[in-house]
Amino acid sequence: MAFNAVKEKYRSKVGEVVLGATKEQGGTRAYTITVGGEAALPFLHFEGDIPNRPVVALEIWDVEPTDWNDCFKPFYADVWNDPAAWAKKCVEEFGADLIVLRFKGADPDIKDASPEDCAKVVKDVLAAVGCPLVVIGCGKPEKDNLVLPLVAETAAGENLLLGVAEQDNYKSLTAACMVHKHNIIAQSPIDINICKQLNILITDMNLPANRIVIDPTIAALGYGVEYGYSIMERARNGALQGDNMLGMPMIGNVGFEVWRTKEANASAADFPAWGEQETRGILWEATTAMALLQAGIDVVVMRHPKAATLIKQNIEELMVKTSFDE
Amino acid sequence: MFIIGERINGMFKDIAQAIKDEDPRAVQEWARKQDISGARYLDINTGPASKDPVRTMRWLVEVTQEASDLPLALDSTNYDAIEAGLEVCKRPAMINSVPAEWPKMERVFTLAKKFNSSVIGLAMNEQGIPKDADTRVALAMELVACADSYGIPMEDLYIDPLVLPCNVGQDHGPEVMMTLRQIKLLADPSPRTVVGLSNISQGTKSRELINRVFAVMGVANGLDAAVADACDHELIESIATSRIIMNIDIYCDSYVDVYRKQK
Repeated sequence: MAFNAVKEKYRSKVGEVVLGATKEQGGTRAYTITVGGEAALPFLHFEGDIPNRPVVALEIWDVEPTDWNDCFKPFYADVWNDPAAWAKKCVEEFGADLIVLRFKGADPDIKDASPEDCAKVVKDVLAAVGCPLVVIGCGKPEKDNLVLPLVAETAAGENLLLGVAEQDNYKSLTAACMVHKHNIIAQSPIDINICKQLNILITDMNLPANRIVIDPTIAALGYGVEYGYSIMERARNGALQGDNMLGMPMIGNVGFEVWRTKEANASAADFPAWGEQETRGILWEATTAMALLQAGIDVVVMRHPKAATLIKQNIEELMVKTSFDE
Repeated sequence: MFIIGERINGMFKDIAQAIKDEDPRAVQEWARKQDISGARYLDINTGPASKDPVRTMRWLVEVTQEASDLPLALDSTNYDAIEAGLEVCKRPAMINSVPAEWPKMERVFTLAKKFNSSVIGLAMNEQGIPKDADTRVALAMELVACADSYGIPMEDLYIDPLVLPCNVGQDHGPEVMMTLRQIKLLADPSPRTVVGLSNISQGTKSRELINRVFAVMGVANGLDAAVADACDHELIESIATSRIIMNIDIYCDSYVDVYRKQK
């Protein structure tokens, strides 16, 4: 007897968000990236259309990251004093689909870079690469509320993805995205209810749902990746069942989380049984990302170029339709 | 569970007058009001006032659609009137309703297929409303089989187990709840369920309270839709809350608003 795959019927699909703008669209990007649009659970091509593959971003900072593991030096040490050159290397040598620029240096306790300095860095990076750009603040709301609006203004027309908006601090960034036509990252603390509520709050300010990307907050393998996974899974199921306030693409800072763990950083000398440190770290990062791909992540933000390569390959394999996918 | 707004019905004086004068204002006002309040469909019933139900149904559909984009539930026992209404519906509509009787099922399911409509099937036949759940379920099965033979997908078939006023048919209450649960087992995917909510409180002195409590109990037993007063805000709040409790919608602080706006 022939095998008939049991197919789930979904009421709805995930919305699409376009990142970047080409010259014709009022920006200067060489290409745009569309994320989201899934009409089925991740990679179940036989149940529904998966029109856009998940994309891989590499994360760069506006300051030299002094606390990164030494294994990053061979890749980045020659460029991490210059965000523009760093971005260029990530795209041209390491094949990043897009760049996430994190303004760590704007943190008052690190370098306290001024909003004007940050805006200039954004300009330089935009000039150096043709890919869409994601810009994330330092994580301290009072400073980010000064930096991000200026960044939004400076890069008006580029259709950036700006973050992060949180339940207690979303108005100024939402307004900046409205006025200067950018997309927003809505971040919730591993909490599906706040995730949904924040999307409602942002859309209530009239920023359209198709300009929101959800960051449900993820954790590294061994540090609660399953919680992030569950939230993503629940949001995606909600989206497919017609819950529009969860029907946005999702982003996760995989590299950032993984490279804080002991397992990625501890030397083989200290833990001989764990094996060589860099290989272990790369696999830790790639494995975390792979798990989240299965939960529905759309933008994977990586740090190690080799982990990024592994994940791109994994995505490509998962996007190939099988014999069940007619 | 979603609400099919009951207010555009010739049984109500203002609508009867509107029909008589062919003055669309009252109809359109109720269309808008119910839409904003949280209805997902608008029921359209010509009522006893109309001398020409075919003409009246067409007119009601046309003027309602000028005021609201909601899909309509055409409510009549006159199938010519329903057909006339379906011809002018902009969105796939719902036919309200057909009992488990020949040749009525044949006429209605043919119309449903032609116009891509969903259908409310009543769990009753020539012998009237059954007393127990088993007979209701048996009639529901007849509706399921018939709809299936006409190629109507199960998600477009809404079975009404038929609710009687709780002050006359009190013993029907538990039978209706049991029927709601059993209908879900008749097919996979299962047919949907609907009730005429205000029937439960006919002739009582606590109509709104009884309607709200029944609605919540209905959600707990898998009820999918109700022809009801969409402008009863506490009813909407109660339904939205019961959907949260039953894990149908994902909680957020604004869940009532989200439910109200869900179309």
